[in-house]
Amino acid sequence: MQSWIPLVPESASTVSSKVDAIYFYLSGVTLFFTLLISAILVFFVVRYRRRSPYEIPRPIAGSHKLETLWTIIPFVIAMTIFGWSARVYFEQYRPPQNAMEVYVVGKQWMWKIQHSTGQREINELHVPVGRKIKLIMTTEDVIHDFFVPAFRMKADVVPGKYTTEWFEATKTGTYHLFCAEYCGMNHSGMIGQVIVMEPREFDNWLTGNLSNTTPAVAGQQLFQSLGCVSCHGANGEGGRGPTLAGLYGKQTRLAGGETVVADESYLRESILNPQAKLVEGFGPIMPTFQGQVSEDQVMQLLAFIKSLQVTNPQQSAPAASPTSTRATTQATPRPNPK
Amino acid sequence: MRAIEAFEPPPPSKVNYINAQYGLKSWLLTKDHKRIALLYLGSITFFFFIGGLYALMIRLELLTPQGDLLQSTTYNKVFTQHGIIMIFFFLIPSIPATLGNFLVPMMIGAKDLAFPRVNLLSWYIYMLGGVITIYALLAGGVDTGWTFYTPFSTTFSNSYVVATGLGIFVNGFSSILTGLNFIVTIHTMRAPGMTWFRLPLFIWSHYATSLIMILGTPVVAITILLLAFERVARVGIFDPALGGDPILFQHLFWFYSHPAVYIMVLPSMGVVSELIANFSRKNIFGYKFVAFSSLAIAVFGFLVWGHHLFVTSQSVYAGMIFSFLSFAVAIPSAIKVFNWTATLFKSSISYDTPMLYALGFIGLFTIGGMTGLFLASLATDVHLSDTYFVVAHFHYIMVGGALMGYLGGLHYWWPKISGRMYPEGWGRFAALVIFVGFNLTFLPQFVAGYLGMPRRYHAYPPEFQVFNVLSTAGASILGFGMLIPAIYLVWSMRYGKHAEANPWHLPGLEWRTQSPPPTENFEHTPIVDWEAYEFAPPEEMEVVGRFRRELETA
Amino acid sequence: MIESPAATEHIQAHPALQHHFENMEQQREAGTLGMWVFLVTEIMFFGGMFLAYTLYRSKFPADFASASNHLDITLGAVNTGVLILSSFTMATAVWSTQVGKRQTQILCLVLTLLLGLTFLGIKAVEYYDKYEDALVPGQLIPGRPFGPEVAQEGDHDRHKLHLLPGATVEHVQMFYWIYFAMTGMHALHMVIGAGLITFLIIFSVKGRYDPEYHSPVEVIGLYWHFVDIIWIFLFPLLYLLGRHFEH
Repeated sequence: MQSWIPLVPESASTVSSKVDAIYFYLSGVTLFFTLLISAILVFFVVRYRRRSPYEIPRPIAGSHKLETLWTIIPFVIAMTIFGWSARVYFEQYRPPQNAMEVYVVGKQWMWKIQHSTGQREINELHVPVGRKIKLIMTTEDVIHDFFVPAFRMKADVVPGKYTTEWFEATKTGTYHLFCAEYCGMNHSGMIGQVIVMEPREFDNWLTGNLSNTTPAVAGQQLFQSLGCVSCHGANGEGGRGPTLAGLYGKQTRLAGGETVVADESYLRESILNPQAKLVEGFGPIMPTFQGQVSEDQVMQLLAFIKSLQVTNPQQSAPAASPTSTRATTQATPRPNPK
Repeated sequence: MRAIEAFEPPPPSKVNYINAQYGLKSWLLTKDHKRIALLYLGSITFFFFIGGLYALMIRLELLTPQGDLLQSTTYNKVFTQHGIIMIFFFLIPSIPATLGNFLVPMMIGAKDLAFPRVNLLSWYIYMLGGVITIYALLAGGVDTGWTFYTPFSTTFSNSYVVATGLGIFVNGFSSILTGLNFIVTIHTMRAPGMTWFRLPLFIWSHYATSLIMILGTPVVAITILLLAFERVARVGIFDPALGGDPILFQHLFWFYSHPAVYIMVLPSMGVVSELIANFSRKNIFGYKFVAFSSLAIAVFGFLVWGHHLFVTSQSVYAGMIFSFLSFAVAIPSAIKVFNWTATLFKSSISYDTPMLYALGFIGLFTIGGMTGLFLASLATDVHLSDTYFVVAHFHYIMVGGALMGYLGGLHYWWPKISGRMYPEGWGRFAALVIFVGFNLTFLPQFVAGYLGMPRRYHAYPPEFQVFNVLSTAGASILGFGMLIPAIYLVWSMRYGKHAEANPWHLPGLEWRTQSPPPTENFEHTPIVDWEAYEFAPPEEMEVVGRFRRELETA
Repeated sequence: MIESPAATEHIQAHPALQHHFENMEQQREAGTLGMWVFLVTEIMFFGGMFLAYTLYRSKFPADFASASNHLDITLGAVNTGVLILSSFTMATAVWSTQVGKRQTQILCLVLTLLLGLTFLGIKAVEYYDKYEDALVPGQLIPGRPFGPEVAQEGDHDRHKLHLLPGATVEHVQMFYWIYFAMTGMHALHMVIGAGLITFLIIFSVKGRYDPEYHSPVEVIGLYWHFVDIIWIFLFPLLYLLGRHFEH
């Protein structure tokens, strides 16, 4: 504990100083108006105190000019805050393209974290400084919230779907990780640390915690053992089921004629509840995997499907098969998932 | 003017609504809005002190960071029940069901509310909801937070969710019936000459409150009902395992529960408008702006619920719209604050206890409202939501706003309600203690929240302790301050000085009849030929049951 | 002393005039407005469920269509007719009270009540059907959890669930959850309405209502029409929409 009372939390990400700037502006506005109103009140209360029980002040009906003035001024101030803040919010919630992905599963009352290189952590997240990190998060039970005050970032973790959160740490150190959405008995124990390291140290840490199965490899094994290969092909080239290679992030036409973006949430839904959004031209033949795969395993499958889109010498190169007569994905540039 | 001296104020009539009938039955079966107001007053005070006990336990637990006083399960129940009791059983009915019930008919010159039996029914429904909830608390309590977020509340919590939900569901109907009664009464039962723009602002704010009550409460009622069924039947629309969306619950819940904040604070704004005008003997600056800003708040209040979902994966565009609307709803509140302040210009201000509460209200509400902007603003909300900053903000609105207004109003109309004066010295002292205690409790929480302390934490990292110690110290002062009015108001019912019909020398209709009023409020249906807040020298205001202009013409 | 002219009127007031109203006009106005306000709250109450319906219908169109196909459209249509007819008899009852035709008034009220009970009877038959087919969602009925038999291709058994392509049993269950919530809440309102009409009949026989004082009939009439209108929305939403999916 510091010897003096801190008034500002540690600032350790690229957005935190931007959030703080708005915070200080707002604090200034608040302080100004609170002091202004208080000063006027005190002045009036003293100046116009009742001097005799018989005095009846002259009535004043009001003033449209003043009303307009004090409607417009607060409105303009409010709009400056709104616009500024909305811009930063977009930055906070739109994950960048080239971020390092980390998978997070919340459960009562712990955070399970897996790096795309396979390392697993519980209630701890090691990240390198100066690198964009994107968290792909879901939960096995109730709603949680991944909150790192030093990064001024939080996002709810909602059952049944993926949410994302991203940050770029600017300072090495150890920071609080809190669950900010009440989640039951040990809610206040669902805390941990985010450890920001120098890139070199981080690499050391990675090798020190070497894991021989990356999520993508584990996903590939699951892809085999669950029998996905029989319809989607060993490398996702498709067959009785739609092509998976190159699918991630693309626009996909559905049976009903609508299109969806094949993002994490769509892929997850299609694994757990395949009938919900059938790809155009395919029958409802895929069984549901609800209850058969854990959230961790879904994330591994996802990592595998994602890995199919880039040529990767370690994963046997995906045959993005334009030969398939039933190719249903249109190659459009990947839009933002949000 | 000279003619006035010819009239002696008639001696206060011995028969009033309190002594018109005796016996428990005469109270439990009463259809008199004033007696029902007293029934409510007793009941909400009871619930207020239960809620206060929970608050005390929360503050004691948080004195140390380890979470050593209560177990986490107990603590979770304590803060949940603090919220449920305070919001549904104290704050929402506080001003409307007591002061509103007592004064809405009197201020518009009616003999009663439009549906007296429905009014009594609403109290019984309130009590039934209260009994069910108390049963749930005694049987084992509930630990979902007052927000009942799914799927925790439907599937994971092992506490009395259904019973508590039922209590809140039932209680909701009492607030619907109160709102319905007010709307009909204000529309159809105004005395001759009491036009819409002669209505005291207290009436306008109650009209706006009633709109929210009838439009919002049914939505939370059906939501809680579906939640309870979902828990019992283990299937339903919020269950993600079946393709349901837990976020839908949050939308439905906040569609009511955000406007519910305005149910709490709008009546209080009405009281403050009365206090500011009457204790400075000045008509409200910009009457129509203050009146319509109440309606604007009621309408806009329904369009901002999404600002509770900025961090729940709601789309960024939805976030922007809700943020914009949330800033917009702040404007009518700002207009009110400026108009109240301007009213004091060149006025004649007395320092009676109710006025102290009103001045306190303006200051605290300004802080509460301005800190609301931090949460309406998207980027800062991402950091601040679900932290102690939020806790501090809504306590500034609900305690600093709603409760201050309620206490101010209670003191102001106490002579009319009870026929006795409260002790002025003690009143001012208590107001000061409460003001100091309140600020000491909640100001540090803004800082703790900004530093990142999440709400609903039973144990917390030690660096937050200093703020919690300050907060607990403040809460002790606040709790002590609350006891003082409770004691002297009860004391005054027996030993207080007898109140005159019009102890403050004011023009409002409620002061133009004896204290306490007779059962039908007025001897004759009054005819209103004056504007709201038209002040005259005290000796003219003394005359009971008669009106200045009549005397002038006589 | 100026006195309100209304106050003097109080002396030869109608026996049904309550003490706190100035005159019958004011009393009737208050009653009618009160009911309208109440109906607004009812709309909001049902509104929550309509929202949930709309959301999930757009999320699971095929599932909702399959579930909807299983509903008995004939019984639903008959019930719609029954309710529209009852609205007509109710309106006639209000009119005959206003003009003082007591015999017609009592007759129409009795007819309205009977039609209302017919509706509830038919609804009960439908509910029983769903119970038989194990379509009551979750464990709402202990000992008979949700679990309909799913029909295979070519099987035309009416009691089995015919799933359209893309539909799952879970989401059919969601439909039935909403179906029971909405029609159940509607039926509850019908039961309350039937109770209110029974009171009206008793007091009509006692001759309580006359052209001067008829607001209870009017106000309960409003309520009855409202409950009908809710059904007018429920019928197409639950029974008709999505039928075009049928092959």
